[in-house]
Formats: sequence, C-alpha cells, structure tokens
Amino acid sequence: MTAAPVHLHYEFGGQREYCLSFGNEDAARSILIVQPLFDEMNRVRRMLATAMRLLAESGVRTLLPELPGCNESVAELSGQTLETWQGAVETAAARLGATHIVSIRGGCLIDDRPTLPHWRLAPVKGSSLLKTMLRARIAAEKEGGNVLTIEQLLAGVQSAPLELSGNILGSAMVDALDKAEPIAGLNVHEAALADIAGTPLWLRAEPGDSAEMSAALAAELDRWSASCGG
Amino acid sequence: MSDKIEDTVRAILSDVLGLSEAQVAAMDDDTELFGALPELDSMAVAGLLTEMEDRLDIMIDDDDVDGELFATFGNLVAFARAKSEG
Repeated sequence: MTAAPVHLHYEFGGQREYCLSFGNEDAARSILIVQPLFDEMNRVRRMLATAMRLLAESGVRTLLPELPGCNESVAELSGQTLETWQGAVETAAARLGATHIVSIRGGCLIDDRPTLPHWRLAPVKGSSLLKTMLRARIAAEKEGGNVLTIEQLLAGVQSAPLELSGNILGSAMVDALDKAEPIAGLNVHEAALADIAGTPLWLRAEPGDSAEMSAALAAELDRWSASCGG
Repeated sequence: MSDKIEDTVRAILSDVLGLSEAQVAAMDDDTELFGALPELDSMAVAGLLTEMEDRLDIMIDDDDVDGELFATFGNLVAFARAKSEG
C-alpha cells in the first residue's frame, strides 16, 4: 500500500505556503525536511519523496515545506533572503508540529530550530552554492558571445536582481549566501553518504533518482528519529 | 603514480556527471572529456570547478579555465595537481 500525499499549508509573510506531507497527523514523530536550495532542490526531490513514502509506511510522518518564492509559492523569489527562509522553516516547524529536523546541503543554512534534534547530510557553505551558479551563468554568457566576470555580475546585483540558474536573486540574498555557513550550535547528527547508500544526486548535471538511496535514507531516519525524542 | 589528487578528480567526475565507477576507473591521461561526454555541459563544468575547490582545498581563478582544461582527463588532473602544489 503506497502512502498518499497529504497537502498542508503554513502561513508566512502574509502568504499561504505549501507543504507536502506523508503519514498520519497523529504520528509520534514528525520529521521536517529542509531541502537543498535552488537547482539542487530539484535534483533530490524524487529521491526524497520516495523516502517520505517509505517513512509513512513505518509510522513516521514527514513534512517537506516549500520555501517562499520557490515552486508553488506566489511570493517573489527576488524578495527572499536566507533570513526569510529561516523564518519560514521555523514557522512551518512550529505550526505543523515537527519533532525532528532533517536538512540537506543548503538546507543547513536555514535550519535553525534549536529545541529539536537535527540530522544533516552534506552541509555546504553558501559561497559554494553561489559560486557554482555564477560560473554557470558566465559559461552560458560565453556561449552567447558575452565575456563577463564574477566581479561584474556581483557589482550588477546592487542595482538590479541577478538571474542565476533560473533564479532571480536580490542583493540581500546574494550577500547572505556569500557569507552563510551551516548554522552552528545545534544538536546535530551529521550523516555520511555511506550510511545511506548515497550518491550526491544534488551535484548531478541531470536530475536522477536512486531507489536504493531512498530506502536507506528512510531506514536511517527511522532509526535516528526513534533514538532521539519524538 | 595513482594518488589522492587523481582519485579525487575521478570521484568528482563520477559524482557530478553520474558516471559509473568502472567508467571513471578506466580513464587515463588521454581520455577525452569535453565533447566526448554528453553529460559535460557548462552547468556541469561549473559544478566540477566548485567541487574541486571544496574537496582539494584549492582556489580556482576563473581566468585559468579554458577549453583545454576539460579536453582530457590528463589535463584536468595536471591542473588540479598544479593548483594543489602551487
């Protein structure tokens, strides 16, 4: 029996934001997953959704909130910063009853919820995410015959939002990314890819899937979440 | 000699391009990359450069990056080695 998705919402910044969920609302454990950011989000989405279904079958509820400005959100992405996303994660965790936090890659930049136990995979500095997107933009411009530098792109964002890998980013977001480190001082279990039969799908040039990784991730999160509260 | 830098470059190619272990293990200095691997587009190049910086703890100046760098596996390893030892 495959678990059916549950469509939840949370209010943030005057908007109603979407949250995908699997599992029973009365479950003792509700794991909120803070997704990777930008295009890395798309590359792991299918793998995560499969893991969420498997966790529901084990009696663990999961929550995958959309961030303001992403996917179904009607908020403008160019108006978002890491701070607004942090606020959205906190709000979703509080309103939707999260008992545990799981964050992956750039999700570790916005997963500050000190009262809950955290599980993290492959945390990344904001500057690495930013640099990859800047390089991709420069390479794309080069193919069109335009020679641009990282410095020129960063100087331009002070006057107009910058388009990077299809994301329209404001100057506050670009500045915040450049400085952001995974949030410290939390109760964190940092997982290794080997623990979850993992392959870094978020780096892939083409979106992929891994049923093996979904199964191992679900088993690991079931074990971990049972060992710490809920 | 096969060494840590070369192994790291192989692992990064496998992770970013989704190549099998056998495929990256079979690469030698003359193995062609850019143009020969459909997975290696400009977006993938951006990802490869950032992963090389993070995993090899090097800084890559984008002015150093040209078509030659990704022409062959040997070129890429030589570049990584020069940056690591420089």
